Amino acid sequence: MRERRFAEVPRESIKLMAESAGVELGDDVAAMLAEDVCYRLREATQNSSQFMRHAKRRKLTVEDFNRALRWSNTETICGYGAQDALPFRPLKEGELFFVEDREVNLVELALATNIPKGCAETMVRVHVSYLDGKGNLEPQGTVPSAVQSLSDDLLKYYQQITRAILGEDPHLMKVALLDLQSNSKIAALLPYFVYVISGVKSVSHDLDQLNRLLHMVKSLVQNPYLYLGSYVRSLVSSVMYCILEPLAASINPLNDHWTLRDYAALLLSHIFWTHGDLVSGLYHQILLSLQKVLSDPVRPLCSHYGAVVGLHALGWKAVERVLYPHLPAYWANLQAVLDDYSVSNAQVKADGHKVYGAILVAVERLLKMKAVSLSASAEGGAAALQGSVGGMMGFRESSPGLSPPPEPLSEPPLGIASHLQAGGAGCQWEEWTPVSLPDMYCELYSFFGDSLAVRFSTGPALGGAPSATPIQSSDTRKEPGSGAANLESTRKMPQLTANMNISPRQDGSPRTEPAPPSLATAPGRSLARSSSSSSSSVPRSRSSSSRPGRSASQSRDIFPKARFPPPQVGPPAFSFLIGGRQMGRRCQGRRFQTSFTPTPSLTSLPPRAYAHKLPVIGRVSKPVRRWTCSHYSLYLPL
Amino acid sequence: MTRLAVSAPGEKMAAVQDGGSEPEGEKEPQPELPSDGSSAPAATPASKPEEQQQQQQQTLLAVLQFLKRNKLIESVDALRREAGLADEPDEAPGSEAGGGVGGAAAGSADSADASALLSRVAGAAQSGAASAPAKGGEDQPDVSVVLSAYSQQGDPSLYQVYYSGLKKFIESVLDCHRAELSQLFYPLFVHMYLELVYNNHESEAKAFFEKFSGDQECYYQDDLRVLSGLTKKEHMKGNETLLDFRTSKFVLRISRDSYQLLKRHLQERQNNQIWNIIQEHLYIDIFDGMPRSKSQIDSMSGSLAGEARREANKAKVFYGLLKEPEIEVPLDDEDEEAENEEGKPKKKKPKKDSMGSKSKKQDPNAPQQNRIPLPELKDSDKLDKIMYMKEATKRIRLGPETLPSICFYTFLNVYQGLTAVDFTDDSSLIAGGFADSTVRVWSVTPKKLRKVKSAADLSLIDKESDDVLERIMDEKTASESKILYGHSGPVYGVSFSPDRNYLLSSSEDGTVRLWSLQTFTCLVAYKGHNYPVWDTQFSPYGYYFVSGGHDRVARLWATDHYQPLRMFAGHLGDITCTRFHPNSNYVATGSADRTIRLWDVLNGHCVRVFTGHKGPIHSLAFSPNGKYLASGSTDGRVLLWDLGHGLMIGELKGHTDTVYALKFSRDGEILASGSMDNTVRLWDAFKAFDDVETDDFTAATGHIHLPDNSQELLLGTYLTKATPVIHLHFTRRNLLLAAGSYNSQ
Repeated sequence: MRERRFAEVPRESIKLMAESAGVELGDDVAAMLAEDVCYRLREATQNSSQFMRHAKRRKLTVEDFNRALRWSNTETICGYGAQDALPFRPLKEGELFFVEDREVNLVELALATNIPKGCAETMVRVHVSYLDGKGNLEPQGTVPSAVQSLSDDLLKYYQQITRAILGEDPHLMKVALLDLQSNSKIAALLPYFVYVISGVKSVSHDLDQLNRLLHMVKSLVQNPYLYLGSYVRSLVSSVMYCILEPLAASINPLNDHWTLRDYAALLLSHIFWTHGDLVSGLYHQILLSLQKVLSDPVRPLCSHYGAVVGLHALGWKAVERVLYPHLPAYWANLQAVLDDYSVSNAQVKADGHKVYGAILVAVERLLKMKAVSLSASAEGGAAALQGSVGGMMGFRESSPGLSPPPEPLSEPPLGIASHLQAGGAGCQWEEWTPVSLPDMYCELYSFFGDSLAVRFSTGPALGGAPSATPIQSSDTRKEPGSGAANLESTRKMPQLTANMNISPRQDGSPRTEPAPPSLATAPGRSLARSSSSSSSSVPRSRSSSSRPGRSASQSRDIFPKARFPPPQVGPPAFSFLIGGRQMGRRCQGRRFQTSFTPTPSLTSLPPRAYAHKLPVIGRVSKPVRRWTCSHYSLYLPL
Repeated sequence: MTRLAVSAPGEKMAAVQDGGSEPEGEKEPQPELPSDGSSAPAATPASKPEEQQQQQQQTLLAVLQFLKRNKLIESVDALRREAGLADEPDEAPGSEAGGGVGGAAAGSADSADASALLSRVAGAAQSGAASAPAKGGEDQPDVSVVLSAYSQQGDPSLYQVYYSGLKKFIESVLDCHRAELSQLFYPLFVHMYLELVYNNHESEAKAFFEKFSGDQECYYQDDLRVLSGLTKKEHMKGNETLLDFRTSKFVLRISRDSYQLLKRHLQERQNNQIWNIIQEHLYIDIFDGMPRSKSQIDSMSGSLAGEARREANKAKVFYGLLKEPEIEVPLDDEDEEAENEEGKPKKKKPKKDSMGSKSKKQDPNAPQQNRIPLPELKDSDKLDKIMYMKEATKRIRLGPETLPSICFYTFLNVYQGLTAVDFTDDSSLIAGGFADSTVRVWSVTPKKLRKVKSAADLSLIDKESDDVLERIMDEKTASESKILYGHSGPVYGVSFSPDRNYLLSSSEDGTVRLWSLQTFTCLVAYKGHNYPVWDTQFSPYGYYFVSGGHDRVARLWATDHYQPLRMFAGHLGDITCTRFHPNSNYVATGSADRTIRLWDVLNGHCVRVFTGHKGPIHSLAFSPNGKYLASGSTDGRVLLWDLGHGLMIGELKGHTDTVYALKFSRDGEILASGSMDNTVRLWDAFKAFDDVETDDFTAATGHIHLPDNSQELLLGTYLTKATPVIHLHFTRRNLLLAAGSYNSQ
């Protein structure tokens, strides 16, 4: 048993070594030497172990042993410094054991193309391992179980990011969001982040968390390395939830859920701007749901507000298509609220003012943009008059800048029905007829009265045309028909475009390439009605921002046109299909009908039929200013 | 402060400060058995102090003689001045030495004393031959003197009989005495074995080892392994373990009753052999009272030379903190307080008390403010203090309920080459010592590391400008990390100065280097250890630093002296770690001899010896209030010590491998330990200190019952993936930072 305690060098080995050195040894001498060698080796090993301990390692290296030898004034052993284990081999015949020492082909080594790993620079990396003494392995928030199958690093990243974003530290959140926005390696985590974001419904009582989740959406959307794919639907639905739903947080009037809705709306428009190709099918669906909310009087005002800012965010086209036709019907409800001066109604009334303000801003921009497009189309029309097809093409080409382009990207030509099915909204998309600007202005004026004019007049050189008195407006209404008057107004308009160009993103419609199919027919109809019709638009300075995909859409235009059914005939301005039973059922009331009467009859209404009942709103600077404030709050910087 | 101890070679001074633990005057065998207890030299503790003083005196004289013979006149004078001896050149040595040991050594005083002294030097300084070439020739006689104690001849075949006779006796005594007397087994076993080996009874020695080595306590395994390899007389020369055994008496603590029992037995049996060994190689510390239990004994034993003598821990230790200098904290950012001038001091006070560390009045346990001279505060230090106070107000109060968050600093691509880590107090810089002889410094804040401009460029800048400190920095050199080249061996210890201007590194090449963090160059290489320097640390007040290494001597240095100010000698193994007490008046050293010693910086005395670890000690940490010390060793256990009483007060079991890092939280509530087993563990230090009952009896005898409550005290175990934890640091706000290098295998 004692023999097993240590490795021992046998006498024979000593003799062999002595022979190789040319010395003849007697048995007894060899035995003595062998024992001494063993002892010295043990001593050196013991001494070397302290070098290992102080280097804080578990593995004794050749280097440690050499140090021990050096300190005991013994020659060190060279040539065994490799980190890898050296294979120790027996040789059968001579009972020899030796360390395998293969030849190294230096040429091959020198010319090797695969640079060996491990020449990276020493560095320090820090990471939070345990927060408040709690380990990473116990997730703080909601972690889908599937996350566990991810690689450890990704898992850690996911946990830390979610914890940072949903945690208390605003600085940490900012860092996490920035990283989320720029990290190129998180594609695998996208479903999980989307899952987290879909948790908005469970935190509707907590504005702060909702905000954080929206920030997360924004970061994901802005990340240039992420392909959102089908997840964009989920993101959009989360955002829509924040825009439209009567959140639990809004019960408390102190909570500023308005800003949240503004922010969500901004985000929505952002998604449409940057991922238009992905959400094309959604555009329609969203319009439908916004419309549904707007036309549902049971819904609270904050939902209506959300619908309005949502439409606003989707561009003036959406406002024109959905909000404008619904305004008369909706107005009745709003007016009822605003007219109620009872104390118990104070809060609701304040909300009503909010909605009022939002509508005001939306229609204001609608009017401005329409004016712009009008003037532009007038110029374009002039170009078209020169008989060049290219001009026509150019006009079509650039149209997406202002409004959704006419052609759907992936939908079949008769895609209306399929859209509706996808939307599942259950109600039919109503036919829509463009209304001329003056008509629109007249009608809107009848709602808003001077407050619209006041706002409008703030725009440079805009006051000229629309801020006329109702009587004058009937004159201007005729003007579009006459070319001279039209020219006059267009001369003034370009100044406005310059104004608008400052923030082109805000002003146009999102860059959804494929437009709702119902829009597809619009140009034809509007052209049929009048050359100065609304939906046609013309190159503006922002055509420079046209994306490379544009040429593709252009070529695509040619093909489907042939397959397209000829533009629907009939008097475009007056043919209305009142869509859906729901719509009809809910939007009861006289005004609903009247609003759908042909435009000329609109003017027969007393011009200030609605406005005069609202003498205070809009004229007082306060609500306006408040709106502008909240309008600017859309630019919530992170 | 510049009381440079002595200008002679350091090892001799070490011997003096050692305090004469070894009575070389009693070399001659004492065959007659003492008739009563009091006549035995070791039996009466009361007579011990005087005796020791005599020995000390005697040692001193021997040194003087040696110096004189070697014509080191200056050293003689210096030493004489230091020791306060009257200048009596001739008659003093003979008479005093004679009086001390009853004329035994008087005749051969010169040669015997000198060589005996040398033997001790050899023991204390690991091996005299290598460290001092001048003495190379005398190496042989030294060892023979040391070993000559074994030359007495007994019948080798009877050794086994003696030993088993004693074994049988001890096994037959009452339970309460058995545990105490069992302590005798190990030292007796070792010395009998060595006697056999020395007298060339190789086969008997092997048989003896074979038969009885299994009986020894498991924590002596490491030493037994060394012993078992030692079977030849020639091998005994230069064997460190052997020299340790010989040069220091193995200390046993036994109650008077048990001792009487043993003595009676040996007298009856006329067992001279064993009695001789007890007389010569063992020091039996007898106490009155209840015999100790097995667990009590086990908790204190394990060191290379037995337990600490009781009187070794009797000196007073001023463990309190120094009073903080009054610094006006500008409160301009809090207008409320600036308004009412009267309310200001009132408001500040409770705030500070809540911080716990700074109280206005002098701590009764604190040393004199100027007990050792400390550097004056510079303006930048004051600014830093203010920063510290501001941070401290934001500190999280930790406790069992609120555990700290842990940030891990992982060193990548070091291939097991990371050997030491340190953080600055404000956690802005991190330094790593590497096996490739480099020291690397990283900035952990966005602020990059910049060098000072070259002299030529410096002459160009406007020295009157307000931002001159900013202007002297060379923006071109800004980088995240800097590498410091200079050592020629692995860097085993690094330490930042408190003001973040300097960095110390200690290396295998035997030097300690001081680096400037302004220019990132080496300023000084402190030479003196000559052997690997395992650890170094700056004083909490800067200026001083301590280093300790393979030569078993810890040295105290001041940055502006190239020679050490103090040498702390006494350990029987390598000094593996060194730590300054928070009040800078004491230095703690942990050693491979499994003891911890506390040294007084003022006079170089060893004021505490703590035994109880079963393996080399690799980490030490003082509690922030200065009252306690925690130590971690290769056996994975962490022990807690009360400095004032000199007691072990806690044992924290849980780690499964060497504990390389220990740190108390800023308030001292939590103790964090990091280990080779890839874990960080947090312990409830407050509870550990609170639970200990320190009544007068335990304080007087040092026999404590340690509650086995490690599991209750363990607040959390935190795993790394594959990274041994080699450094821990609490930020000023009590965030725990840990560091280690990723170990991919």
